[in-house]
Amino acid sequence: MIPSTTFTHTLAGHPLAAGGAGEHRTLIITLFSVFVAVTLGITVWAGRQTKDATDFYAGGRSFSGFQNGLAVSGDYMSAASFLGIAGAISLFGYDGFLYSIGFLVAWLVALLLVAEPLRNSGRFTMADVLAHRLEQRPVRTAAGTSTIVVSIFYLLAQMVGAGALVALLLGATGEGSRRWIIVLVGLVMVLYVTIGGMKGTTWVQIVKAVLLIAGTLLITVLVLNKFHWNLSTLLGRAAEASGKGRAFLEPGLQYGKDGTSKLNFVSLGLALVLGTAGLPHILIRFYTVPTAKAARKSVNWAIGIIGAFYLMTIALGFGAAALVGPKAITASNESGNTAAPLLAQEIGGGAGSTGGAILLAVISAVAFATILAVVAGLTLASSASFAHDLWANVIRKGRTSEKEEILTAKCAAIVIGAISIALGIFAHRLNAAALVALAFAVAASANLPTILYSLFWKRFTTRGALWSIYGGLVSSVTLVILSPVVSGNPKALFPGLSFDWFPLSNPGLVSIPLGFLLGWAGSLLSRPAPDQEKRYAELEVRSLTGFGAH
Amino acid sequence: MDPEKAVGAPPTTPEGTDEPVRTPATPAIPAPAAGSELESATDVTGTATDVTDNAVSSTDFTGMRDSEEFGELRRAHRSFAFPLTIAFVTWYLLYVLLSNYAGGFMDTIVVGNINVAFVFGLAQFLTTFLIAWWYARHAAEKIDPRAEALKARMEAGE
Repeated sequence: MIPSTTFTHTLAGHPLAAGGAGEHRTLIITLFSVFVAVTLGITVWAGRQTKDATDFYAGGRSFSGFQNGLAVSGDYMSAASFLGIAGAISLFGYDGFLYSIGFLVAWLVALLLVAEPLRNSGRFTMADVLAHRLEQRPVRTAAGTSTIVVSIFYLLAQMVGAGALVALLLGATGEGSRRWIIVLVGLVMVLYVTIGGMKGTTWVQIVKAVLLIAGTLLITVLVLNKFHWNLSTLLGRAAEASGKGRAFLEPGLQYGKDGTSKLNFVSLGLALVLGTAGLPHILIRFYTVPTAKAARKSVNWAIGIIGAFYLMTIALGFGAAALVGPKAITASNESGNTAAPLLAQEIGGGAGSTGGAILLAVISAVAFATILAVVAGLTLASSASFAHDLWANVIRKGRTSEKEEILTAKCAAIVIGAISIALGIFAHRLNAAALVALAFAVAASANLPTILYSLFWKRFTTRGALWSIYGGLVSSVTLVILSPVVSGNPKALFPGLSFDWFPLSNPGLVSIPLGFLLGWAGSLLSRPAPDQEKRYAELEVRSLTGFGAH
Repeated sequence: MDPEKAVGAPPTTPEGTDEPVRTPATPAIPAPAAGSELESATDVTGTATDVTDNAVSSTDFTGMRDSEEFGELRRAHRSFAFPLTIAFVTWYLLYVLLSNYAGGFMDTIVVGNINVAFVFGLAQFLTTFLIAWWYARHAAEKIDPRAEALKARMEAGE
């Protein structure tokens, strides 16, 4: 999730710094296999209980607010949060911490404006809410398209990251083994989704969230204990070890260089805070609980869990800077993605020690579990939208059976799995973080305006929705293509070419206001449908009271 | 963080009515097939609502929307959520902009190695937690009872 980090450059094949991961490989593989075996077991069990569409898409709406809160946290805390933020803090100090804040504050948008009305008025996807009051076929096509685009960018980022990270940690640095690992991750995630549906995927998220929190808590306690529970000492030592002195604890180390990089940060900050409430794999989680009240409760739990986790990234990141040191971190991975596992090794007793080996293996296994779970959540969101929005309602015009729709979703999951495996293999030079930032920016530009207008603006029309979704989608993707992420510098996707006409690497600052503006303009430039008034009245009543909710 | 415990169901609402899965659907029709809903939705007017659901389709939503009680419910949500959203987004953007453009202020040491920027960052965590808690309390007191009463009234077919 961290746009500043790259998994790309880790592929050259540095073995894990000092000590190497080789000797711990067996332990890592064992722990990871146990996780996969247990979660697949849960998936098969959940699959047996999955009978109709509500089970498959929404886990039978049988989860409690707390369970779903854990699952939401599991879906949200991707490998990039865990590894990326720790890495960014360990290398850029304070500027890395800024991400934790944006990712957390963003949840208030979901809590105050989106979660409850969405739960009350929709069935399985984000588009259900729009279809209440707008012409359903065009808006489902648009919302389905943007759901799939956002999810695939997010997925691709995770797959690229998974490949690079797994290869790095297991020491399997050859191109061949990296490919096999991507294929393996893709296969397991397709199994989770096709067999277990939402019920299985939700339990995978819950297991993963508990593991991630437990692992992070363990390292945090050990780090703080080492500094006698004195935060100031930890910060001081980190600043000292960073070689940057006090600047390490001040804003601007990464984003303060010039006017453009400062604007870039504002752009990123905007995308992060407004993107969360438009992420399809997060939105569909609200359908897994029985009521809007339970949806609110799950967001509140998620805010507590995610907030606690991001607070612990302070200990992880500054701890890694102080104890491992930036030299050893960058030697292992130049964007810092292995800072957390390296810290675990160090705090367990250092390279070569048994304690170090065990902690390294545990934290690495947690990181793999994280990747796998997030990837499964994304696959489910995009295949659900394909089957429910595009296939059942647009292509087959509603003449499908529930069975056919579920089968379509499963096939879509296989296709999406195959696409992401292929992209993960061939596009491994892509900057994983830029892809995630793009996913947030697209979600904030294309999805959020339409959701908010649909729920709260009487005058909103179908044309407004289409302009907003397609306008937000096209503008954000185009601006990224024209940005320094894709060309014009040695770190870009195509370093040899230069069509970097847009100076910012995150499009949010332009595309998010544009998405809102287009939704507004499109609505005012079109006449509302004759029954618009009546249908909006129904949506308002349903979304606030929960009457007739599925 | 546990609004349900704080409220309890309002006296007029029987236990369990907040389980929408079972509520208004006529039991004679076993689990409305996705197809039937969707089919009806493809007509020209494109009614996307579940027409197998008689209680829902016969409800006068416009009348309900214009009623005094619904106005109160909507106000209870909007007058709380909208200003608060503007406030926390402004507060967050202020923090982002200060980090970017007010280096001198943010670098001021508060105690030990902890500077204003760090305190500001932790304050964002704190306000997020507080707003979440505050909203849960507000919703339990002012939104849920109203929503449940209206829902029960509509389900009774008034």
